[in-house]
Amino acid sequence: MWTGDYRYVLTNLIMKDFRVRYRNMSLGMLWSLLNPLVMMGVLTFIFTRVFPSGIENFPLFVLCGLVPFNFFSLAWISATTSLVDNTGLVKRVSVPREVIPVAAVLSNCVHLGVQISLLLGLTLLFGKGVHVQWLWLPVVWALFIPFVCGLGMLFAAIDVYIRDTRYVVESGNTVLFWLVPIFYSFENIRPEYADLYRFNPVAALVMATRNILLDGQAPATSLLRNLTIASAAMSLAGWFGFQKLKRRFYDYL
Amino acid sequence: MAVIEFQGVSKSFQRHAQRQLLRSRIRAMLTGQLKDRFQALRNVSFRVEKGESVAIVGHNGAGKSTLLSLIAGLAIPDEGAVHINGRVSALLELGSGFHGDLTGRENVHLNASLIGWDRKRTTELFDAVVEFSGLGEFIEEPLRTYSSGMVMRLAFAVAVHIDPEVLLLDEVLVVGDQSFQVKCIDRIREFRRQGRSLIAVSHAPALVRSLCDRALWLDHGELVMDGDVNSVIDAYQGNIVR
Repeated sequence: MWTGDYRYVLTNLIMKDFRVRYRNMSLGMLWSLLNPLVMMGVLTFIFTRVFPSGIENFPLFVLCGLVPFNFFSLAWISATTSLVDNTGLVKRVSVPREVIPVAAVLSNCVHLGVQISLLLGLTLLFGKGVHVQWLWLPVVWALFIPFVCGLGMLFAAIDVYIRDTRYVVESGNTVLFWLVPIFYSFENIRPEYADLYRFNPVAALVMATRNILLDGQAPATSLLRNLTIASAAMSLAGWFGFQKLKRRFYDYL
Repeated sequence: MAVIEFQGVSKSFQRHAQRQLLRSRIRAMLTGQLKDRFQALRNVSFRVEKGESVAIVGHNGAGKSTLLSLIAGLAIPDEGAVHINGRVSALLELGSGFHGDLTGRENVHLNASLIGWDRKRTTELFDAVVEFSGLGEFIEEPLRTYSSGMVMRLAFAVAVHIDPEVLLLDEVLVVGDQSFQVKCIDRIREFRRQGRSLIAVSHAPALVRSLCDRALWLDHGELVMDGDVNSVIDAYQGNIVR
């Protein structure tokens, strides 16, 4: 039986990802900023010049959507492939398998930290000022990250049995880019499609981020409730699904 | 008290090479040809007592590595039961869990945490691990600059410091140079004097004879002989010659 230190092994796995990714890059952490800034620039150009949308402070508005979406899509795909990518660990080292997809999700939190700093910096730049409601940000993220961990565990386990899973996730991310209100506002959505967004945790996170940073308001209670339910349900589903599927990982890797 | 007990253990694997692709799964489901399995172990039973040192011999593909994976708890048997009492430390493949872009130091921390040490213990034992590995200043260099012998030194140094009740070795001792092999063999002897158990897979008969007192001979997944190391190896080698 493995009787080790979960926190220590997670820290080491996260540090490994971080070091491997940045050691060979001259610009280091700046790469974490480049992608959201480029996307922000392109989308701002399109939706203020080509198809003017009339949304004020559009760069900040769109970045509030991009940061949560980027985190989610990267964490989801890297967790999904984590077990197959770490076949050597799963087959040769008796570390608890759960830590591998969870570490893949948490590794992306390092980028997330950088991107949230960018987001807060931009909020100040747009003259919004520091607001006490900012304290809601850690709360919504603390609700959202367990959701992604659960989802990541489930998909990582499925990917061991069916290797096509990663392509499904890639397509899922593309679809989600359009189904999350990143470059449009939830208020513009026709009421008959509202449920598509109301039960989508990524959309909920985007809306909560805008409530907090743009409007200086606490997220709606219904939104927080739905996010809590989704997070609890997905962590449980991920955990139990993983327990069931992990017994045959060795045979399929 | 038995530290390892196998009771009628069988283990098989799906033979299809592309079984993890969706189309082959659907095809297999439609044609019902999921039965094509490779039997890695067939009804294997044995006990290893505390302090025993057991070699596993047999041809490639005889089931030796599968047997070690079952002891390490990495795989689960199809039939039968595997009972383990005590902490098992497995050195199944050179540098599994190591990463080439990390330095020796970072790899020791990563590897130690993976096999179950906490931060305090790793910090305490770090110097002893480096000392044993004999890597000196190389410990601050990235692992990809190491020779395979140096990787083995580091992996072995971590594995023997875990203080396991059972140490599993899969054909890893052959890489080091003569002086390091001697050091490892001394360490394993000392380890055995402390009443711990060793399970080793090796194709080097001299090494096996000097380290182990008992041997299991596996052939096509079946346990064909279990006994004193010299008689089993003589029989195994006689079988090869014939």
